[in-house]
Amino acid sequence: MTISDTLTAAPAAVSVKDLIREFDGRVVIGGLDLEIAPGEFVALLGHSGCGKSTLLRILAGLDTQISGDVTVPRRRAVAFQSPRLMPWKRVWRNVVLGLPGRPDRERAIRYLDEVGIAARAGAWPKTLSGGEAQRVSLARALVREPDLLLLDEPFGALDALTRVKAQQLVADLWQRHGCSVLLVTHDVEEALRLADRVLVMRDGVIAHASHVELPRPRKITDPRFVELRANLLAELGVESTH
Amino acid sequence: MSGIEITANALDPVHPAPVAPRAEAAPKDRPARTTGDLVKIRPARQRRGLRLPRPIRRALGPVLLLLGWYVASATGVLSANTLASPTDVLNQGWQLIKNGQLPSAIYASSQRVVIGFAIGASIAVVLALVAGLFRLGEDLVDATVGMIRTIPWVGLIPLFIIWFGIDEAPKIALVALGVAIPLYFNLYGGIRSVDPQLVEAGTTLGLGRWGQVRHIILPGALPGALVGLRYALGSAWLALVFGEQINATNGIGYLMNNAEEFFQTDVIVVCLVTYAILGLLCDLIVRILSRFLLAWRPSFEGT
Repeated sequence: MTISDTLTAAPAAVSVKDLIREFDGRVVIGGLDLEIAPGEFVALLGHSGCGKSTLLRILAGLDTQISGDVTVPRRRAVAFQSPRLMPWKRVWRNVVLGLPGRPDRERAIRYLDEVGIAARAGAWPKTLSGGEAQRVSLARALVREPDLLLLDEPFGALDALTRVKAQQLVADLWQRHGCSVLLVTHDVEEALRLADRVLVMRDGVIAHASHVELPRPRKITDPRFVELRANLLAELGVESTH
Repeated sequence: MSGIEITANALDPVHPAPVAPRAEAAPKDRPARTTGDLVKIRPARQRRGLRLPRPIRRALGPVLLLLGWYVASATGVLSANTLASPTDVLNQGWQLIKNGQLPSAIYASSQRVVIGFAIGASIAVVLALVAGLFRLGEDLVDATVGMIRTIPWVGLIPLFIIWFGIDEAPKIALVALGVAIPLYFNLYGGIRSVDPQLVEAGTTLGLGRWGQVRHIILPGALPGALVGLRYALGSAWLALVFGEQINATNGIGYLMNNAEEFFQTDVIVVCLVTYAILGLLCDLIVRILSRFLLAWRPSFEGT
């Protein structure tokens, strides 16, 4: 079962074939295939424990106890659910941590400015709010100018209002940078608001794919949006009330 | 929202909630309910009488103890052979400072602590890094240090005398051992308690092995290391007290041993107080150091 229905001329940014990952004999990912085109925004939905975060970790290169073929861009960046900033480094040093050469404050501030938080460049991470810390985490990912941006439920811990703003920010950043994005989430609306293609993961494989061909910015009141949401909720085994 | 407000008002006797009593609103078919016993909640009142500020109250105990000591000495209940009076101790302390005996003793003792600390801390840091960063190192080092820790190190004095003689070496070795063990355990524990999520984030940021150690593991282990440093300095002075019982020809311990032979309890107390002050000074230095090095920690308020 192949879901590589994005037949573009350029080679895929991400190409996964027959990926298997077991934890002590328990199969979490069993023969998964996935392709992501350059510049494509893909959202991955699924129940907790379905293996979607495991897939993201494999693509990030954090989990290598796998079999199968996985090809990813060399330049990747990850934003996790918790911002994972080093508390002992000031904000701007966190942003450029791991880049070759001397820490470049101006470069850090350029990217902090892009996420609207340049004023906090010299602050300790402990003084940031949850939403601010998550924006720093995004700046830290973008400063690497990745070809693939992996987002592991980056808005999961934010309050509802902050989350909408952060989603808008990610949409803007993606339009500007044009990198491929894989967003792991359990929020159907978030997936539909942001992604070109929404995948549902179940039983260790990609069980369903929806193309979202709605103009951006998308309105959740759009009948096509409502219909897609109902379909995806049904795929996830949640009956829609609409 | 409004529900919360009503509840708050209902509990507030000063601003009663503008709601009608329940009985009127209740449906007719509900059985009438008489009110049970009512009690009034009385607001806590400031107790009258003498109220001393907290620091003064806290200082009261030690001051009373000193006063009791003074009175006991002055009335002869406490003989000078048992414990010299506080005024004698003060006098003796001043004499020892004036004739240079105390400063030179402090100098000699401090030198032992500094050298012993440098040796012990170097060993502890190397061992903790080896055990904390490498699986093989952990297997080899941690069990060994754990075993050595179970030996009461004061009991090693006879062996140290045989190995190192009776000069400076056994004293310094004892201090080094007293420093190395607490520092090792806290630093190793600190390295091992570094948040694995941060290490993982470091990997995705492209940090190599050395980069991880420098930017994540060592700073993450710093709080533990500083706790270890405080223990280590305390234990260094303790080790020195024991070490200087070995045939010392200078230092605070020598001064104390000499005084013991002549029943000079005032000199002994001066020496004890000196040890205490030096220990407190070391502690203060580490605390100031922590304030600067751990300014990033959420529990630290002042930056």
